[in-house]
Amino acid sequence: MEELIVRKIENGSVIDHITSGKGLKVANILNLNPDETVVLLMNVPSKKLGRKDIVKVENRILTSEEVNKISLIAPHASLNIIENREVKEKRKVELPNTLENIVKCPNNNCITNSNEPIKTKFFVEKREPVKLRCFYCEKIFNSEEIII
Amino acid sequence: MVKDLISIKDLSREEIEKILEKSEEMQVLLEENKGLDIMKGKILATLFFEPSTRTKLSFTSAMQRLGGNVMGFEAVESLSVAKGENLTDTIRTIEKYSDIIVIRHPKEGTARYVAEISSKPVINAGDGSNQHPSQTLLDLYSIKKLKGRIQGLNITLLGDLKHARVMKPLAYTLAMFGANLKFVAPSGLEFSKELVNEIKEKFNVKIIQTSDIYSGVVGADVVYACRIQKERFSDQYEAEKLQKSFKITPEIIDNAKEDMIILHALPKVGELDSAIDEMKHAKYFEQAAFGIPVRMAILSMVL
Repeated sequence: MEELIVRKIENGSVIDHITSGKGLKVANILNLNPDETVVLLMNVPSKKLGRKDIVKVENRILTSEEVNKISLIAPHASLNIIENREVKEKRKVELPNTLENIVKCPNNNCITNSNEPIKTKFFVEKREPVKLRCFYCEKIFNSEEIII
Repeated sequence: MVKDLISIKDLSREEIEKILEKSEEMQVLLEENKGLDIMKGKILATLFFEPSTRTKLSFTSAMQRLGGNVMGFEAVESLSVAKGENLTDTIRTIEKYSDIIVIRHPKEGTARYVAEISSKPVINAGDGSNQHPSQTLLDLYSIKKLKGRIQGLNITLLGDLKHARVMKPLAYTLAMFGANLKFVAPSGLEFSKELVNEIKEKFNVKIIQTSDIYSGVVGADVVYACRIQKERFSDQYEAEKLQKSFKITPEIIDNAKEDMIILHALPKVGELDSAIDEMKHAKYFEQAAFGIPVRMAILSMVL
């Protein structure tokens, strides 16, 4: 059988060290365009994590808002910005203390889930495992409950 | 004090104590029948998007006793929100008409949002099942007035702890003040694990949880009861069964401490046998009366 070789991308973003099994979710939240080239590697061996997922997006530099979203799903991920096949910038994805207008409150009875012009706001209560507190309804949610 | 009163969690123990001291001052003035006119020329807007008896009337009474005026509406149907106007536009108008806004709304977080968009002080009179800080303050004031202290008291919170809006912030502040807490609820209507853990971790207090009413009443200095919130049940038959069975009776009280007091935010619908109203332990009507000095204190401190 012919070996499948995943080539390096010319320009774009590589999200590495994604918790194994979360890669598809990370790709989903990036709202990829149909004409964007994306490589999703799942369950590949990793020295640090044992197994990991990797997402490569060609010709796109992720915004800080997108990085914040990723940090909720894959808190140990790292981001490599690639330019001319070289790593131009390498940084760890880090969950900020406050998330503004990034995630939806899972509480249907929260005022943010209404027709009022409100931006959601969450405080990070705990990082491992992630727990977020809604600034408005004061309820605490884990990362599985949060609607991204 | 902060400009608004939205959540009891926004207040430190010192700030709460200051409000309780101010409430005491207000009560002395009330007892001496001395008029106060610190709110003369000021208007309080009472925006109740959910039914209320005691909270609305006691805020009205408190404002009038301070020399101020009150405006509000009788039914949500009479407002422009019934025509589709959003709350944001309603508030931006009403803040121009008034000096303080008191709001009760079925959606959690509404008062916090209103405080963000209003330049006038906002008092939360209940946001869904989240907070009702003026009730919490009057509960603390009642215990302090009737028992002399909060720290070290054995306090039992009993009833539908899962749904009752008054119970969560009360448990939080009683732990803050160092009470020994017992939570008594029917199976499935307990406080969430998250809340119990939060209280334990933050205030390092011991908490006993049970579904046995008898053990909750015997040995307690204060029993704070609340009703089974029938409207939150999908199975009405189950709710009615619980309402009938989860009840404090005079026989249980016979085994309680001589000076135990029973509090209740009212309305009560059956969780306290009606014969208890006549017993010396029943203090809930006195508690309701404390709503006036406490709300006078709150109004005087936000403006």
